[in-house]
Amino acid sequence: MKIALAGNPNSGKTTLFNVLTGSNQFVGNWPGVTVEKKEGKLKGHKGISVIDLPGIYSLSPYTPEEVITRKFLLEEQPDVILNIVDGTNLERNLYLTTQLLELGIPLVLAVNMGDVLAKSGDNIDYAKLGKALGCQVVAISALKGTGIKEMVDEVLAVGRENKLHSIMHKYSGSVEHTLAHIEEALLHDLPLNQQRWYAIKIFEQDELVMQKFQAFGAELEHIKKDIAECEKEMDDDAESIIIAERYSFIEKVIKDCLRRTGKSKMSTSDKIDRIVTNRFLALPIFAVIMTAVYYISVTTVGTWVTDWTNDVLFEEIIPPAIESFLVAVGCAPLLQSLILDGIVAGVGAVLGFVPQILVLFIFLAFLESCGYMARIAFIMDRIFRRFGLSGKSFIPMLIGTGCGIPGIMASRTIENTRDRRMTIMTTTFIPCGAKLPFIALMAGAVFGGAWWVAPSAYFMGIAAIICSGIILKKTKMFAGEVAPFVMELPAYHWPTVGNVLRSMWERGWSFIKKAGTIILLSTIVIWFLSGFGFTDQGFGVTDDINQSLLAAVGSAFAVIFAPLGWGSWEYSVATIGGLVAKENIVATLGIIFGFAEVAEDGVEIWGLLGAQLTVVSGYSFLIFNLLCAPCFAAMGAIRREMNNGKWTAFAIGYQCAFAYFVAFTINQLGNLFLFGTFGIGTVIALIALVGFVYLLVRKSPEEKLEKTAAKLIAE
Amino acid sequence: MVTLKEAKVGSTVRIDKINGSGAVKRRIMDMGLTKGTDIFIRKVAPLGDPVEITVRGYELSLRKADAEIIVVV
Repeated sequence: MKIALAGNPNSGKTTLFNVLTGSNQFVGNWPGVTVEKKEGKLKGHKGISVIDLPGIYSLSPYTPEEVITRKFLLEEQPDVILNIVDGTNLERNLYLTTQLLELGIPLVLAVNMGDVLAKSGDNIDYAKLGKALGCQVVAISALKGTGIKEMVDEVLAVGRENKLHSIMHKYSGSVEHTLAHIEEALLHDLPLNQQRWYAIKIFEQDELVMQKFQAFGAELEHIKKDIAECEKEMDDDAESIIIAERYSFIEKVIKDCLRRTGKSKMSTSDKIDRIVTNRFLALPIFAVIMTAVYYISVTTVGTWVTDWTNDVLFEEIIPPAIESFLVAVGCAPLLQSLILDGIVAGVGAVLGFVPQILVLFIFLAFLESCGYMARIAFIMDRIFRRFGLSGKSFIPMLIGTGCGIPGIMASRTIENTRDRRMTIMTTTFIPCGAKLPFIALMAGAVFGGAWWVAPSAYFMGIAAIICSGIILKKTKMFAGEVAPFVMELPAYHWPTVGNVLRSMWERGWSFIKKAGTIILLSTIVIWFLSGFGFTDQGFGVTDDINQSLLAAVGSAFAVIFAPLGWGSWEYSVATIGGLVAKENIVATLGIIFGFAEVAEDGVEIWGLLGAQLTVVSGYSFLIFNLLCAPCFAAMGAIRREMNNGKWTAFAIGYQCAFAYFVAFTINQLGNLFLFGTFGIGTVIALIALVGFVYLLVRKSPEEKLEKTAAKLIAE
Repeated sequence: MVTLKEAKVGSTVRIDKINGSGAVKRRIMDMGLTKGTDIFIRKVAPLGDPVEITVRGYELSLRKADAEIIVVV
């Protein structure tokens, strides 16, 4: 038997799902989209699966979550829908119920948190509610675990008997009349129980359903006339008529079934919100919370464990242990090197970030489930939406200053797909902790330790985010109808430890699984490139990086980087080395210039670098490496969060192209202004700059459309 | 014609009409903002946008740009 769990966001759906399935869960994705799919086995019963549908408010055809839910319910026909509603917010929650009831699938309504409502003095008459809606109603508390057994029994009974409820909600006369026409003309071939749902969708002229009925040309035209007549009579469009009638039906139900004795006094949640989103206090409180999150997950606890994993566990403990084991069993040196420098280093690179990610995820889970995350979006929306980002993008960017990987992973909290993609693409523009040694190197070597180099790196990062946001949101990939920012601000509540830990672990595990593969693979490739090469004895193993394949690849890339002002192979190799980890840039340059080991800021090679690079080409080298593709681990995180190869390639390709453009312009125009060099490159840079400004200020397709429309009206 | 965008913080207004069409209108109506519904304007975000309202017993935030299509009395 298949049970589909459906409900609004913040209705306690996740908690109920965890109660029903325990640890027996499988987390995946719905085909073709990045929406998470959770499935589990019902605890204590054999052969019964529970599918956790996305949290949604409606079954409209406009958001991926809603479309998935509809598709699943119609095509896979679960045996029973378990619809959970928030008892403290019955009116809006029942709106989805009215739609689910029309699908022709047996339904059980679980009213959650009725006990919380009772405390404020309001009481729900469950028997009456069941009668009014026509389906079985049970009272539960997902948090306390009360009423669960009764609910499960009810669900199983309804599912086993395939007991379909009766439809209690009838629309007004002329709507029902049109619905009957639609059923007669178009739907007689469909199963009886599905006819009503399709009829209503056709009445609403739902895009996705209409496509299905394209073949009925003449009948459809006739029906459309009927609908138009009904719209005229009701003085509204069909979609709005249906919505309005649903809500007035619910108002009537509530009036009958909810006894309000409460003297609507201010709830605790209201009191908290009065302070937390207060005009004057909101921003300071926000700053304090963000500082705390940053301080704990990036500066202190998170870094301690990550440093320990990277510098002790995967440097001093595991590699020597494996090495002595391999030596003891007489392993061939080459294989030994592959295992140690390739695989173990790769696994270390994956696992090194896990502790920090887990620490951050505890915070994110807490902020999300207590209700503050929605307030962050509320407070920051004004700033971020101008750049095509969400108010919630603030957290990924903030965390990104420490490490881009948890930063990218933090974008998980953004529901809107476009905002989330934009955030994933731009988060790593912010210099992360690993880039700091490199910045110190360049500041010392080329700029005589000037104070402004590091701040300018952050400034460039922020500017890159803003410019990218403005440019990208006008492109075809991001354009389209703007989703309205209509967001529920859920009541504050204390999250349970179990839910927070579970959410942390699910996200952490998905990083290890999905990002891990790409990181491990690329580490092995780099190991191969840097360990093999053409030596005097022909192709083979080499210790000298100058003879390695990496150097050969570097020379090939050097041509590409020449217009940026640092076209010798050493810098290309350092850039490629930076893909493994950005702090590697310093170490790689050190090795190339003949030092076995250099200090963190590479002070040993300052003189050599300073002699080779000018202020302009040095800055171009710095900026390119800050903005271009991040390290493999971060690319793995991008891959995980985009959950789509094309978008991952687009994101990384865009970052590289953007970095190339900025470094090129800096080099060419810098040389023009500081040294008076003028050439073909200068001209190209000027043209590119003009193009860039055009991309920034041009009107978006929607603005253009609006303008033409306004013009037409004026005429 | 007054829209929700111009309504004063702390006041209660009634929805008269919702302009527009498609996804934006649908989403707003799905959240319970239908003709004849009373809404209480709770506050404006610290940076001046979006606004927070109480509708059908819960808290909802929406941008002024979207509030503009809601005609109130």
